[in-house]
Amino acid sequence: MLNIKCPYCGDRSQKEFAYGGDGTIIRPKLNQEISDEEWDNFVYLRKSPRGKHIELWHHIAGCRQWFKVERDTTTHEIFRTFKPEE
Amino acid sequence: MSQNFRLNTGGLINRDKPIEFKFNGKKYIGYEGDTLASALLANGIHLIGRSFKYHRPRGFFGAGVDEPNAKMQVEINGCSEPNINATEIELVNGLSASSQNCWPSVNFDIGAINNFLNRFFPAGFYYKTFMWPKSFWYRVYEPFIRKAAGLGIASLEKDKERYEHKYEYCDLLVTGSGPAGLASAYAAAKNGAKVILAEDKPRYGGTLLTDDVTIDNLSGKDWSEKIISELKEMPNVIVKNRSQVFGYYDHNMMVMFERTGDHLEKKPKYTPRQRLWYIRAKEVLLSTGSIERPIVFGNNDTPGVFLSAAAKEYMKVYGVLIGKKPIIFTNNDSGYETAIEFKKNGVNPIVLDTREDQNSELINEAKDLDIKIKFSYAVIVAHGYKKVKSATIGKLNKEKIDFENTEQIDCDSICVSGFWTPTVHLASQSGNKLKFNDSIDAFVPDKSKQNEHSLGAANGTFTLQDTLKNSFNTGSEVSKSITKKDEKIQIPNTNERKYSVHDKFWCSPLPKGKNYKRFVDFQNDVAVSDIEVALREGYRSIEHVKRYTTLGMATDQGRTSNLNGLQLVANVEKKIVPQVGHTTFRPPFTPVTIGTIVGREIGKEYMPTRKTPMHHWHEKNNAVWVDAGAWKRPRYYKRGNENLFEASKREAKNVRDHVGICDVTTLGKIDIKGPDAAEFLNRVYTNAWLKLPVGKARYGVMLREDGIVMDDGTTTRISENHYHMTTTTAQAANVLSHLEYYLQIVWPELNVNVVSTTEQWAGAAIAGPKSRDLLAKLFPKIDVSNEALPFMGYVEGDLFGVKARIFRISFSGELAYEINVESDFGLFMWEKIIDIGEEFNIQPYGTEALSTLRIEMGHVAGSELDGRTIPYDVSLEGLVSKKKDFIGKRSLAKEAFNKADRQKIVGLVPLDRKSSIPEGSHLVENKNAKLPNPKLGHVSSSCWSVENNNPFSLAILKDGKNMIGKKLFAVSPLKNISIEVEVMSSHYVDHEGKRVRS
Repeated sequence: MLNIKCPYCGDRSQKEFAYGGDGTIIRPKLNQEISDEEWDNFVYLRKSPRGKHIELWHHIAGCRQWFKVERDTTTHEIFRTFKPEE
Repeated sequence: MSQNFRLNTGGLINRDKPIEFKFNGKKYIGYEGDTLASALLANGIHLIGRSFKYHRPRGFFGAGVDEPNAKMQVEINGCSEPNINATEIELVNGLSASSQNCWPSVNFDIGAINNFLNRFFPAGFYYKTFMWPKSFWYRVYEPFIRKAAGLGIASLEKDKERYEHKYEYCDLLVTGSGPAGLASAYAAAKNGAKVILAEDKPRYGGTLLTDDVTIDNLSGKDWSEKIISELKEMPNVIVKNRSQVFGYYDHNMMVMFERTGDHLEKKPKYTPRQRLWYIRAKEVLLSTGSIERPIVFGNNDTPGVFLSAAAKEYMKVYGVLIGKKPIIFTNNDSGYETAIEFKKNGVNPIVLDTREDQNSELINEAKDLDIKIKFSYAVIVAHGYKKVKSATIGKLNKEKIDFENTEQIDCDSICVSGFWTPTVHLASQSGNKLKFNDSIDAFVPDKSKQNEHSLGAANGTFTLQDTLKNSFNTGSEVSKSITKKDEKIQIPNTNERKYSVHDKFWCSPLPKGKNYKRFVDFQNDVAVSDIEVALREGYRSIEHVKRYTTLGMATDQGRTSNLNGLQLVANVEKKIVPQVGHTTFRPPFTPVTIGTIVGREIGKEYMPTRKTPMHHWHEKNNAVWVDAGAWKRPRYYKRGNENLFEASKREAKNVRDHVGICDVTTLGKIDIKGPDAAEFLNRVYTNAWLKLPVGKARYGVMLREDGIVMDDGTTTRISENHYHMTTTTAQAANVLSHLEYYLQIVWPELNVNVVSTTEQWAGAAIAGPKSRDLLAKLFPKIDVSNEALPFMGYVEGDLFGVKARIFRISFSGELAYEINVESDFGLFMWEKIIDIGEEFNIQPYGTEALSTLRIEMGHVAGSELDGRTIPYDVSLEGLVSKKKDFIGKRSLAKEAFNKADRQKIVGLVPLDRKSSIPEGSHLVENKNAKLPNPKLGHVSSSCWSVENNNPFSLAILKDGKNMIGKKLFAVSPLKNISIEVEVMSSHYVDHEGKRVRS
């Protein structure tokens, strides 16, 4: 069980959080002209890197804030957690 | 027989308190402080079980977690549990144990024939033998193996015991209370760190209880007692015995179980049997010690063969002799400690030392005590079937690969010592790659990946002086970095005997022409020959050899077998052990009961139960419940002998004819506030939201980015910047997370806040042609006419002094309203409505009637919005705005979503107007077509239409709208029926939707 530092609440056990996937995905702007391929990339395609990964977590049983975590996918080491605007 | 093997004095047992227990039906006496194993040994019982594969007689081998054989079926307090290690369970009055894996009895076991057929049971036997014919697996092989193999019997009774979970946080967790654990815990505690010290055994001290050493002129035992009592006084320290740390997980999450109940004769009512601790430790100090390695020789599994340290522990801790005529077979000085202990207790051992004649403090002491020592000697084979009677020993030649001469000597036990293996299981679980230490022939922890340090014997440090020094220092250093305190501690003086160098001898060679079974792994019955077979057959990776031979598997985790197995592979392969590598250590280190893992999350505590404020009213009115997520909802209200079908029909009909009331508290409710709320809703929902006036509700559909319908519901504009959103019961939590995601991550510039208010409001739907008359009586001051409160209107009112929200919305397709009050007044509201509604023939209706009403109206719900449908599929295209963008809109342009023959929603009626169509049925053109019969769609929801008095279903059908009027078959292979159906519009009742607007 990971120990995750919520940037708003501090250290908490993984049990309080929900995983939110790749944290580097940027949603295309509303009303933006976009090709099928670009849209499909946004909706479906995700990298599954071995090593450092920036991902979203949701403090679902806590402050209910979404935030970002930089984590090593093989060792589970967490390098930093930060607010989405950082 | 009364404890013939109990010494007259000595041991840490309480001789004033005899304890009666049973083994295989016979009564015995032991003492308080005994384990089941020591009590049996005191009574001279050695034959305690049969081996796993060959059903060979087996006896005790170790004295703690190292024990591979003594797995027993144990009954305490009427609770029967298999595979309990007799060396770990403490003796209590009334304990009853029996042997496993033998039938009809441990003395006469039919399965022992396997021993004589053992040439037919080579490594990989199961893989090789039971492969064909394939059909035999189920019918013949598996039942046979199941009966013959396996250990104890799991109880079929419900476990009546109580188990608990506990969470704890600390600066340092110290695992094991031997010298390393005590020293490091003490140093850290003195620096003010929050320390947890966990000891697996009932007694603290580890090897200090059995080693002949002094620390600051105190005996090891007295020193450990002094430290423990000091630690117990400190408020920053938790000291736990009977507690095994068995798992090392990510981010220093340690899991430990504590045996809280089994050793108590009378357990207080709420004391759990075991407690599982989740401990998050900033630093972990692994002082898990080491386990003695056996030396392998012929028939080394015969009862009466022990680890030498175990024999010493039985004498020193329990006052028990494991034999009166022992051979000590050793390759290092440890064996001499056992020999000296025997001698002190009046027993004359013979020491066989594989090394050449040499001197050391210990050897000289033994010599001075006139202990008979034979250097360059080894045990070749033990004789005796159910107990060691004699042994053939031999003088080793110079290369130690053969014997110069052999002789047979009488003995009743053989104590082996093949040096020490650090217990590195937890270190390895932490992700620490182990390294091989040549000087001790074993693996030790290498670089730490998490915040952990191994200390003392667990780290390959076998002298007391070094162990204490390192442990005090590490405990001090590690805690200092946390607490910033630095309390200087004087490292105590120790007195211990120096060891001479051990011999690498680990396995007695076979004399020519002899074919003795030499066991490497007792628990899994793996002999030297089995591993040799696996290697001959081409298995090279140690992980493969392990799986093929079962070496080091099961509860034992290779504690005594691992290194000898690696040594053997290395020898055959002409490699060295570090080249062979080692298998992976995985949690749990020792077996944990399922009850402990589950804890209190059983029965109705398995998950929380959510009840609406009207729950008790439903209960009193014979509600039959259905689970909706964690909620309990009335499925129907039973009257007399009604069944589900009759009751739901009555309830639905009453809505269509008069008025019904339904508890809709469980619907998700989200309060949305902020100047950008309208804009936000406009992006979340597929339809337009910018122009919704205050005091009006609107139905909305929201999609995922992939275009699939996520949820639907109504949202009402309460005031300028304040909206009240409802979601389905099932999706409430997901929708809230979804909204938060878009507000916090995607569009943080929107000034909107969302919060769940599901539990703040109680909701009641009143539906049916009489609902307006009823509403008028409930709210006499409000104009409830169609003009003043039209369909999708909203008004606030006063319900006999309680503030209420009134929404004119309808799920049933009838004229209907939903009234919300603050939860505390939910029951008040409900009873008022029932009371006043009596004159309008009001009846409560449950989820079954609710479904009936929505299905015949063609309203979609979870069965249609099943994660595969887009708005176009379920007749919601009218709600999809062409003008504005919204979440998931771009996906709706996908080619597949716009194919003409895409599956779409339709209605179905059976041609006979009688047969109910099972939900999930497949729709096919020809029920007799050759398989695979092309599937055109499936039945999503079915009901008995109360309006038309015949069955009606909704279905998702290929080319849906163009199929209307066609005849198909609904087939349910599950129920083995097929029904001819006619396809029609999904709106079976009130096509134009007049009623909701009436």
